[in-house]
Amino acid sequence: MGTEITHTVSACMGGMKTAGDLVLRMQLAHGMRIREAKEYVAEKLGVSVFELSDPSVMTEIRQTFGLGVQEPNLGDITGMAAKFRISEKMGITINSVENFKRKAGLKKEGAIHEETL
Amino acid sequence: MAEYYTRMGDGFGIYLSEEEIRADIREGVKDAADRGKIPPLTEEEMEHLYKIITMEGIIVGVKHGDEVVSSTDQGADTVGCESGVPIDRVIQVQMLERAFGIDSTDYGFTDYNFKAVKPIANYEAASMERALENSVIPILYGGMPNLGFYTKPDGPVDNWAELLPQGKVKEALEAQEAAVDLAVHDMVYVAEQMFEAGADGINLDTCGAAGDADFLAALKACEEIRNKFPTMGVEIGMAGEFVLGMHGRLKYDDTRIAGLYPHKQVKLAEKAGATIFGAVVNTNTSRSFPWNIARVCTFMKECVKEAGKIAVHTNVGMGVGGIPMCESIPHDVVSRADKALIEICKIDGL
Repeated sequence: MGTEITHTVSACMGGMKTAGDLVLRMQLAHGMRIREAKEYVAEKLGVSVFELSDPSVMTEIRQTFGLGVQEPNLGDITGMAAKFRISEKMGITINSVENFKRKAGLKKEGAIHEETL
Repeated sequence: MAEYYTRMGDGFGIYLSEEEIRADIREGVKDAADRGKIPPLTEEEMEHLYKIITMEGIIVGVKHGDEVVSSTDQGADTVGCESGVPIDRVIQVQMLERAFGIDSTDYGFTDYNFKAVKPIANYEAASMERALENSVIPILYGGMPNLGFYTKPDGPVDNWAELLPQGKVKEALEAQEAAVDLAVHDMVYVAEQMFEAGADGINLDTCGAAGDADFLAALKACEEIRNKFPTMGVEIGMAGEFVLGMHGRLKYDDTRIAGLYPHKQVKLAEKAGATIFGAVVNTNTSRSFPWNIARVCTFMKECVKEAGKIAVHTNVGMGVGGIPMCESIPHDVVSRADKALIEICKIDGL
């Protein structure tokens, strides 16, 4: 707890406040460096790399595309539903989304993940 | 003569003059360059580091657009376990993403090692599944290889730390090799459970804590996890800046593991298929923050340079990454370490 908050304030993107979670997804799933990951996400969302870390811009973008926001209001897309949209918008496989699809009968049991990137 | 408030490696606040800070920076850079046999920071970089250390204000920050992302090794349980607030990890994940604004989190058992998790992996996976249903940020399952747990009386193999002083070198080496296989099996077993739950990744944390065999176990486990579950990312986080040669002869991909510093560790992590490398440089508690952060930046600049297609997330927490070895960590040094690592070393994350 001692450092996470300071990192967020002084040096990090701020997760769902901007697009930090999306950039991290690209690093984790595809081993992208920070610049490459930011450019990829920015291109997919139709914003500049600079705007990607701006909460005022990104909250609207996230609401528009249903990617989940830090302070969800009635009707805002949250949790798993937001990850469905992120998977589609970013063109990536998200394991929990695939898991949910199987459980909800939206995907055949035992079907392998489709690598879309 | 102007003096600037900074800290010692144990967190104690001190005032240093410009000359003292510049001298400590130079010494820290030299120490890292000598130990790692790597280039020192340039004069311009040392000047920039001096300016960051002596900036006014408690918190300093990076320029707009230079922000990076963060991964963690706290098990999504810092509010509950460390701060003592009675709250489940599933709720803590939502707090971390919506109240704290962190970019990702790991999820982990209090004991935070894979051998301890194995008997309860199914329950841990079920809990992970609940957390994933209600969250948006990526969640990794974290734990340590913790090779020491495989020695008698807690585990099945002989204790190499007892065998070595007795001169039983062959037996000590064999015991470590046996522990590697057991640890790999446990890490992959837990990873499989987490994959079934839908986890975004696995965080193999504090690798190398028990020496070169410990790091080898992490590399082998990473390789197997990435082969079996290619949609699950793996972060390999280190225990220290230098891999101790408790075995001494172990190799990965023809590279001897003992004695490796971060700029060489990262290459092995990448070869094993890891997507994020958690680099570590230890804090010397009896030296100043300027000395420690200069040393960290020298190692990290080379580590980032040597990394190919793998993101380097420097560990900046208690006792590592220039941060003092104290429980309640001051914001001033953390924000300065962050800024220095991003602006001088071009790290990919924290």
